[in-house]
Amino acid sequence: MRHLIAAMCAAVMAGPALAFEPTDGALGFQPAATRIAERIHVFHHFVLIIIVLITLLVLGLLLWIIVRHNRKANPVPKKFSHNTLIEVIWTVVPALILVAIASQSFPNLYYQDVVPNLQQITDKSDKMIADGKTAQQERFAKDYYPEAAEKGFVNVKAQGNQWNWTYTYPDLVDDSGYPLEFVSNPVHVGISADADNYAGATGRTDFASKPRNLAVDYPMVIPEDRFVRYYTAAADVIHSWTVPAFGVKTDAVPGRLNEGWFLVEEPGIYYGQCSELCGVNHAFMPIEVRVVSQAQFDSWAELMLAGDYEAAYATVDVFASNEQATQFAAKQ
Amino acid sequence: MPMDEVAIDHHDSHDHKPGFFTRWLFSTNHKDIGTLYLIFALIAGVVGYTLSGLIRWELAEPGIGVMTQFVAGEGDVAIQNAKHFYNTVITYHGLIMIFFMVMPALIGGFGNWFVPLMIGAPDMAFPRMNNISFWLTVAAFVLACISMTVPGGPGDGFGGGWVLYPPLSSTTGHPGPAMDVLILSLHTAGIASILGAINFIVTILNMRAPGMTMHKMPLFAWGVLITAVLLLLSLPVLAAALTMLLTDRNFGSQFFAPAGGGDPIMFQHLFWFFGHPEVYIMILPAFGIVSHIVSTFSKKPIFGYLGMAYAMVSIGVIGFVVWAHHMYTVGMDVDLKAYFVAATMVIAVPTGIKIFSWIATMWGGSIDFKVPMLWAIGFIFLFTVGGVTGVVLANAGIDHALHDTYYVVAHFHYVLSLGAVFGLFAGWYYWFEKMFGIKYNGMIGGLHFWLMFIGSNVLFFPQHFLGLQGMPRRYIDYADGFATWHMWSSIGYAITLVATLIFFVGLVEAMIRRRKGEANPWGEGATTLEWTLPSPPPFHQFNELPHVTNKGGH
Repeated sequence: MRHLIAAMCAAVMAGPALAFEPTDGALGFQPAATRIAERIHVFHHFVLIIIVLITLLVLGLLLWIIVRHNRKANPVPKKFSHNTLIEVIWTVVPALILVAIASQSFPNLYYQDVVPNLQQITDKSDKMIADGKTAQQERFAKDYYPEAAEKGFVNVKAQGNQWNWTYTYPDLVDDSGYPLEFVSNPVHVGISADADNYAGATGRTDFASKPRNLAVDYPMVIPEDRFVRYYTAAADVIHSWTVPAFGVKTDAVPGRLNEGWFLVEEPGIYYGQCSELCGVNHAFMPIEVRVVSQAQFDSWAELMLAGDYEAAYATVDVFASNEQATQFAAKQ
Repeated sequence: MPMDEVAIDHHDSHDHKPGFFTRWLFSTNHKDIGTLYLIFALIAGVVGYTLSGLIRWELAEPGIGVMTQFVAGEGDVAIQNAKHFYNTVITYHGLIMIFFMVMPALIGGFGNWFVPLMIGAPDMAFPRMNNISFWLTVAAFVLACISMTVPGGPGDGFGGGWVLYPPLSSTTGHPGPAMDVLILSLHTAGIASILGAINFIVTILNMRAPGMTMHKMPLFAWGVLITAVLLLLSLPVLAAALTMLLTDRNFGSQFFAPAGGGDPIMFQHLFWFFGHPEVYIMILPAFGIVSHIVSTFSKKPIFGYLGMAYAMVSIGVIGFVVWAHHMYTVGMDVDLKAYFVAATMVIAVPTGIKIFSWIATMWGGSIDFKVPMLWAIGFIFLFTVGGVTGVVLANAGIDHALHDTYYVVAHFHYVLSLGAVFGLFAGWYYWFEKMFGIKYNGMIGGLHFWLMFIGSNVLFFPQHFLGLQGMPRRYIDYADGFATWHMWSSIGYAITLVATLIFFVGLVEAMIRRRKGEANPWGEGATTLEWTLPSPPPFHQFNELPHVTNKGGH
């Protein structure tokens, strides 16, 4: 029966999905998968333009000086050492540029860092619609997804261990009241026994298609178009949970429970890597997040709670193959 | 500089030098101690640079290969050992370069040599303390090297990064004695630096030549003075954090252990309260050196001298209130992050004043592109590149994406490896003849500069791209999508390796040829007091103090 569900889901989701992993030779960010990442990219490009102009200005001035104020071109040096006006200008103008950067920086910081109040989002959106402010409501919806807000949060806790992640879903509880909790182990740890260990532990034959140093055996799974509130904690030393395509990164610190949020619209496989030095296998505790439809998520959760991890995995392993997905991503 | 008219009375004929052991082991002469510091920094620099070579060699291609050659075991056992070895390599690379290369060279080396000469003092205020400072630094370096070879936990040495964050640095992550030895090493280095800082502050405040007011003091002395104050205020905080870590490890205290009510984040706050001023400690003396070189070779007085001095003062002051921008992802309150964003960006203003004032100093000048000037211009441009990426990272909103990625690695190597180190080489070539009384070969110096300039840019610029794509720091092996730029980065290292060999060729060439140095090889532009003395200066100088008259160019 479980396998039937898996097969049905696979049929529904047969098309390739995005795989978000680093692209060789790329110059910029990985494609954004959340509004948070989109806003980071827009803001970053705004700052990038400013800093490139400043660097070019300095470079241009230096080259001008090298050509025009050298010993041959200008044998007699001038002796000035003050010019109040220019000094005021190069103090005030950079300060104004910084104010311009800050005006973008703070709204972005607060947007991504404050877990939104979903009730407020719904109320605000409803009020805008009631007041007939459609354009304003559309802009608001782009950042705050009122439709998703009505469905509430999906809560996930990521606990860093030396060297894997434990994911806990406090809202998904089994018949005895225990929440869904599983360990997400890396597929690769850089040794020759990786393939055998993976096949032995999972019984799967897809080792070759797993992206090196990014894949895990049991990924974190979340539904698309839902507010996800994630918590990070750690069992031993400090780790850091991140997915570059989401634009989020939060340290997992022993004795603390940190939180953050994101919402992914596009189903796909998203990869991240532990981002705080945590010992020997620091480079080998990747993060894999699979974003799937709500229906897929529900059947995955049901199978996971029943303890059939492989069947559950099969329900979310519907993206034909990673290779195909990567090709698709490359075309984007 | 203001001291274009100085009255000096040399007593070169009384140039008694003590015997070898008395002179070099029990040295109380600021110039000899400066030379010792420079030799020490060269040796430590070679060690630190070799470690970075191992890093780049390993990372040239995906997979774990090179590091397995340096550890015990075969096959998968060697790979497991290599992972820890790699972590120790990056840790000691950082610690050695900061504590035993840049700081001893810029402060201990050039500071000792030229602060007394520039302010017209016969020596440092506390010559014996100066000697203790140097030998404690050597002891600290030896301890750090020992720490690399004793058991750390997962293997020999401490592999928790130069930031030493617990619980990875507590008994949870590294139960072995390597971390304890490292704490002792850093305590020792800290004591050495604090003693040195006291020495510089007292010397500069009390021993300036008659007529040299603070506002006529050369900018290098200003840079060292501010550096010394930063050291004096920040190092005790590091010492406190290290001591708490030591008692956590050995005596059952729980300062950083959550199980006992402690907080690992408190260590990070204490560490970065030291660590952020530390980055200015490494760059302010270089600022001073570059100011003198730019003025000398443009044959113009420094533009906006007072603005330059107080820009450094304000960088030092603001540098103390921005530390948590290293910690945006630890789970700080958003309002606190907003404060640190604002405070951090403010530093860009005085830094901009410095960059533009150097450019204005060159403007209208009659520039001679001698080797020190090449390094100084290289410094200005590369420090600008490193500075503007600092503005990017200052924004917590962007830093959430870039924290602990290679973008950060690229940023701080641009300001340190291409900033502080370029300032260091600029000073080396600027004062080489003055210190050692022989001339270097300008061709070799120029070749050293160009290869280093190209190599270090090929090495570090692609790391911006890696960071934007999400490549995390401190990884022995990476996803295949990072391969191309890692390869380029390693090629860049190979170019800098050639440059470094040429540096030593130049050093040996100068030592063999022994072309006799002049008192002032740079001509009219070199106006500070050290150029009024012969090269090398007499063993004791300014037995009768020079008088700085009030006919300066300001």
